[in-house]
Amino acid sequence: MRIALFVTCVNDTLFPGTGRAVVTLLERLGHTVEFPQEQTCCAQMHFNTGYRPESLPLVERFARVFAGYDAIVTPSASCAAMIRHNHPVIAAQLGGAALRDAVAAVVPAVHELTEFLVDVLGVTDVGAAFPHRVTYHPTCHSLRGVQLEDRPLRLLRAVKGIELVELPGADSCCGFGGTFALKNADTSTTMLADKMSRVLGTGAEVLCAADNSCLMHIGGGLDRLNSGVRIMHLAEILATTEGAP
Amino acid sequence: MSRGSGGGLDANDGRVWLGTPAFPEAARTALADTQLRHNLRHATTTIRAKRLDATGEVPHWEELREAGAAIKRRTARHLDHYLEQLERSVTEAGGTVHWAGDAAEANRIVARLVTATGAREVVKVKSMATQEIGLNEALGAAGITAYETDLAELIVQLGEDRPSHILVPAIHRNRAEIRDVFAARMGDWGRAAPQDLDDDPKALAEAARLHLREKFLTAEVAISGANFAAADTGTVAVVESEGNGRMCLTLPRTLITVMGIEKVVPRFADLEVFLQLLPRSSTGERMNPYTSLWTGVTPGDGPQDFHLVLLDNGRTDVLKDTVGRQTLACIRCSACLNVCPVYERTGGHAYGSVYPGPIGAVLTPQLVGVDKAPSLPFASTLCGACYDACPVKIDIPEVLVHLRARVVEADRDRRALPTPEALAMAAASAVLDSPTLLGIAQRAAAAGGRLTTRGGRIRRLPGPLRRWSATRDTPPPARETFRTWWRENRERR
Ligand code: SF4
Repeated sequence: MRIALFVTCVNDTLFPGTGRAVVTLLERLGHTVEFPQEQTCCAQMHFNTGYRPESLPLVERFARVFAGYDAIVTPSASCAAMIRHNHPVIAAQLGGAALRDAVAAVVPAVHELTEFLVDVLGVTDVGAAFPHRVTYHPTCHSLRGVQLEDRPLRLLRAVKGIELVELPGADSCCGFGGTFALKNADTSTTMLADKMSRVLGTGAEVLCAADNSCLMHIGGGLDRLNSGVRIMHLAEILATTEGAP
Repeated sequence: MSRGSGGGLDANDGRVWLGTPAFPEAARTALADTQLRHNLRHATTTIRAKRLDATGEVPHWEELREAGAAIKRRTARHLDHYLEQLERSVTEAGGTVHWAGDAAEANRIVARLVTATGAREVVKVKSMATQEIGLNEALGAAGITAYETDLAELIVQLGEDRPSHILVPAIHRNRAEIRDVFAARMGDWGRAAPQDLDDDPKALAEAARLHLREKFLTAEVAISGANFAAADTGTVAVVESEGNGRMCLTLPRTLITVMGIEKVVPRFADLEVFLQLLPRSSTGERMNPYTSLWTGVTPGDGPQDFHLVLLDNGRTDVLKDTVGRQTLACIRCSACLNVCPVYERTGGHAYGSVYPGPIGAVLTPQLVGVDKAPSLPFASTLCGACYDACPVKIDIPEVLVHLRARVVEADRDRRALPTPEALAMAAASAVLDSPTLLGIAQRAAAAGGRLTTRGGRIRRLPGPLRRWSATRDTPPPARETFRTWWRENRERR
C-alpha cells in the first residue's frame, strides 16, 4: 500500500511534531510513508471565508500532488472534511471535466488518521504508553464533518497507563471556526471561556484532539491563563511508547 | 425596555431592522449582559435535552427527516403548480386568495380587508410572516390596533421589545422581568395586571389570560400565520401550545391568514410527517397541545369570512438559487437556534432580523439581499450542530459558505480597490500554491516569531491578528518545519 502523508499547512508550520508523530506511528506499525513535497494546503480558509476563486489552485494542486496513492493520511479532521465535501464542489463549480475527474479519483483515498488506523489498518492498540491524565475534545469537524464517532476514544483507551477523563459538554464548539475567531472575536472568546472552564474542571494534565487548529485556540487561551494544561494532538499520544516518553 | 441591539420599533424595513449594527458589534452588547446569558443558557440547555429525548424515542427518526426533506424538495421544484392548486381548493371551500409580491402589498391587502369590516382592533396568532412584513406597524398607521395573543409575543409587545427567538420570542426575559412588564404596561393596552402580581408562572399566566380574554370576546377580526397549507384540500394548519391561537381561529367572524408561499405542501396526507417532526424538534413534545386545521368556511361554525394572503417577498428569488433554495424548506421549529453555540451566547437580537439564529443567518440575507446583511453569513463557526438538528435536513453550513462567497463577490464588484482581507487571501493563495514561496514564508515567520516570543509563546500578533492575540497565546512558527525535518531525516536516509 502506497501511503502519502498530507501534513496540512498549519501542522507543517506550527506543529511539525504532529507530522513527525504520524510518521513514527505508521512506521512502527510497519508501513512506509511518503511525503509528496509539492503539497501545501487544502484551501479550507479560502473556501470557508468566501474566496472561491482563490481556493481553486489549491484544489488543483492537491489533486495533482496526491494522484495515484492508495491512501492519503492526514492528522486533521477538518482538512479531511474539507477535501471530502468541498473539493468536489469547487471542482464542479470552477474547474473543468479533467479537474472533476482528478478530484473524484483522489478524494476516496483521503483518511483522517484515526479512520485510517481503525478502518483501514484495523488496529486500536497501537502499542502506545502515556501515563498521564488526559481529556479528549471531539472537534466539530471530527464529530460532524468526518464523523469519527468513537474511533479516537477506542485508540486512546488502548494506550497503556493513560487515565482518560470525560470532558463535559464535549460536543459543543470551542469557538474557533477559522476566520470566525477574528471576525467575531468577542463571541469566539466567550465560547472559548466556557470550553476552558470545562477542560480545567476535569483536572486533566493534557487536552487532546484530532485537530491542531482547535487545540491552538483552546491551548492559546489556557496558556494565557498559565493554566498548566498542555495541548497535544492525538497522534503525539499514540506515537509515545514506554521507551520514548 | 428594549434590550441589546433591539433599538426602537420605528426604523424597520420589515425584515432587517435598519440601524442595527453588524453582528459582531451587536453581539458584544449581549455577551456583556450576564442576566441575558444566564436566561439563554438555561432555556437552550433545557430544550436541547428535551428535544433529544423526543427525537430519540422515534425509531425511524432519520427516515422521517428524509421524508420531510423530500416533500419540501418536491414542493420547491413545482411550487407554482401547488400554489395554483391551493388557490383553487381554498376558493372552492369558500375562502378568498390574495397574492402579495412584497411586504408593502401584503400590508395594503390586510389593512384593506380589516377596514372593510369596520373593525379597529384585531387579535393575532403568533406569526413569523406578519413580523417579517411589519404588519402590526402598518396596521397601526392605518388606525388599526393589533393585539398579540401568544404569551411570549404579548410580553414582547407590551415591553416594546423585539422577539429574540422563533418559538419563544421572549426567551431572553426571566420571570421577574416579565412581571415588571405586565405590571407596568397591561393597563395601557386593556385590562390591567392585578396590583399584587408576583413572578410566579401561574400568576403571570393568569394575568395574561384575563387580559387576553377581553380581546378574544370582542374582536371581530383575527390575523394568523400558517404552519402548513395542503394544496389538494385547501386546508390550513396552525400548531401552538397555549390555545390562544385556537380562540383567534374560531371566535372572530373574519379570519385573515398571511402565509409565505413556501408553506404549501402537496397533500393533506403530508401533514402526517410534519406534525411528527415539528413538535418533537421545537418544544421536545410528542404532539402539539393545539393543532388547528380549517378548510375555507363552514356556515354557522367559526369564521364566516376567510382570506388567505400568499406572500412572496423575495421567496421566488431564493428559489432560483439552487444551493440557497433549501432554506425555504424551513418549518420554523427553532431546533437550530437551540443547539447553536453562537445563538446561545448572543441571543436573537444580535442577528438584527425577525429570523435569528442559524436559520436567520441564511434566510435573512437571501430575502433582503446579501449586501443588506453581509455580517450574518459569517456569524457562525460552521460547527454543524444546526444541520444535525434540522428536522428537514437543511444543510445550513453549506448555505452559509455559499452566501459568504456571494458577499465576497458583491464586495469585489462594488469596490475599485480590494479590501485588506481580499489582498491577504490572494497573497495566501499565491504562497500556498508554491512550496518554494511557502518555505520562504515559513522561514520568515519563524525568524519573526523568535523575536517576539516571551516564555516560548507569542503574546501579541500584528495587524488583524491582534484580535486573535487579545485573548490567546500563539505558538511561534517552528524553527524546523515538518518539510525541513522530512528532508533532513527521511529523504537523506
Ligand atoms: S432551519 Fe431547520 S432546524 Fe432551523 S428552524 Fe428551520 S426547520 Fe427548524
